[in-house]
Amino acid sequence: MDMTPHFPIYLDYGATTPCDPRVVDAMIPWLREHFGNAASRSHAWGWEAEEAIEKARTQVAELIGADPREIVWTSGATESDNLAIKGAAHFYQGKGKHLITVKTEHKAVLDTMRELERQGFEVTYLDVLENGLLDLDVFKAAIRPDTILASVMAVNNETGVIQDLNAIGAACRDKGVIFHVDAAQATGKMPLDMANMPIDLMSLASHKSYGPKGIGALYVRRKPRVRLEAQMHGGGHERGMRSGTLPTHQIVGMGEAFRIAKEEMQQDYAHAQRLQQRLLDGLKDIEQVFVNGDLAHRVPHNLNISFNYVEGESLIMGIKGLAVSSGSACTSASLEPSYVLRALGRSDELAHSSLRMTIGRFTTEEEIDYAITTIRQNVAKLRELSPLWEMYKDGVDLSTIQWAEH
Amino acid sequence: MAYSDKVIDHYENPRNVGSFEKGDDTVGTGMVGAPACGDVMKLQIKVNPETGVIEDARFKTYGCGSAIASSSLVTEWVKGKTLDEAAALKNSVIAEELALPPVKVHCSILAEDAIKAAVNDYRAKRGEAVAAE
Repeated sequence: MDMTPHFPIYLDYGATTPCDPRVVDAMIPWLREHFGNAASRSHAWGWEAEEAIEKARTQVAELIGADPREIVWTSGATESDNLAIKGAAHFYQGKGKHLITVKTEHKAVLDTMRELERQGFEVTYLDVLENGLLDLDVFKAAIRPDTILASVMAVNNETGVIQDLNAIGAACRDKGVIFHVDAAQATGKMPLDMANMPIDLMSLASHKSYGPKGIGALYVRRKPRVRLEAQMHGGGHERGMRSGTLPTHQIVGMGEAFRIAKEEMQQDYAHAQRLQQRLLDGLKDIEQVFVNGDLAHRVPHNLNISFNYVEGESLIMGIKGLAVSSGSACTSASLEPSYVLRALGRSDELAHSSLRMTIGRFTTEEEIDYAITTIRQNVAKLRELSPLWEMYKDGVDLSTIQWAEH
Repeated sequence: MAYSDKVIDHYENPRNVGSFEKGDDTVGTGMVGAPACGDVMKLQIKVNPETGVIEDARFKTYGCGSAIASSSLVTEWVKGKTLDEAAALKNSVIAEELALPPVKVHCSILAEDAIKAAVNDYRAKRGEAVAAE
């Protein structure tokens, strides 16, 4: 099989990040000589594995200001979302059967909610404002006496917009509603402090923060204690909340990745901020360009831009030197464009015309400059090809045309 | 998703890009698709009124690479054809030539619709009977 090339330039850190070399180095011994099962209590192989896992648990807890006993290992943020939402809903269903979430959540939350609806729960899916932020008053108004849990993500995966977790969490506390946060895109990008934030459950991913894929964690608050019904049954690992032999090497990798994330967050943040600004400066004077999502309430690692009258997939095909993603439907099998951008009130055509560029620890200025050049060239070329651009230039208002939707 | 070499070739070097004067009564214009669906094709034909043969064609397309390639290919194919021949063009031939995967077959359907719309527009302009859809 071919090795991954250094070209195209990787601007898709929101999809996944490479493992930091320090993470890989930390993992290897636990695949080689230190192969023991942490659940083996009768010999040294087990003891050393257990010790490594507890060290990693502390490293993960420290990044988010939690107690290590509040960390439950899972296979990733999707499983954490499932365990948090289904686990709490099943445990507390005697109290009520209503849940609240937001239309711009990741599918791991939305699909889990759909499953609970099939099981007889009721779910409210809230709209967001044009900048992608949740309106706190709308949120408060959605809380009912039978609401048991609300799930709102920290950082949106498509737009990078940060929700006001403190305010939303405070509203939940006020009404005795459990607050779950999907923080897959947030770790290492913004401060998270469970000692001082009103969050009860929080999903964590390793591979969005320079750790390996296939491992994640769920933060489960101890004071006040949040109870979950297990979704995976077996040997009673992780205090019975999630059975299954712990993958020592993966866990050690996530621990090391989160240790580095804590240590280097400021530096990573400043680096992303500088490059995001450079990218934005290089693109913002193009005609009919729109940034999707609030620019102030956003992690700097993300820039989501729509180039009006240029379809996203054709743009991605042109900018071959860049690995980016698009909110256009053509990249997937459906004809529906990004539901996240639609929820921001973007028209279908602007959603079809979007690029998501995500910057990370290893992105360089040269890569950003290359990206700017190739995007500008291809947008210009595709607009020459675009009948919509021609109509726009002729002063035709596209919204007045009767299109034959197919 | 991997594109076929032919799709890439038409995308990199689109044939017959541009526009004819819409008011010209030897020009037929077909515009199909919708921005909301992610693709819009504008296809124009220039017809010799004496012979009824398409002498030239132009296109502009907003859409994915397969949509651009389908419309580019069609402008090549219709040149030298009579209006009836052009209107009889089937999307399956386009899809086959460009090796479009199933999720992209709608691009070839759009190109077929575009050429039919252009022929109908030309005929309507000249007061000829328009084929029923």
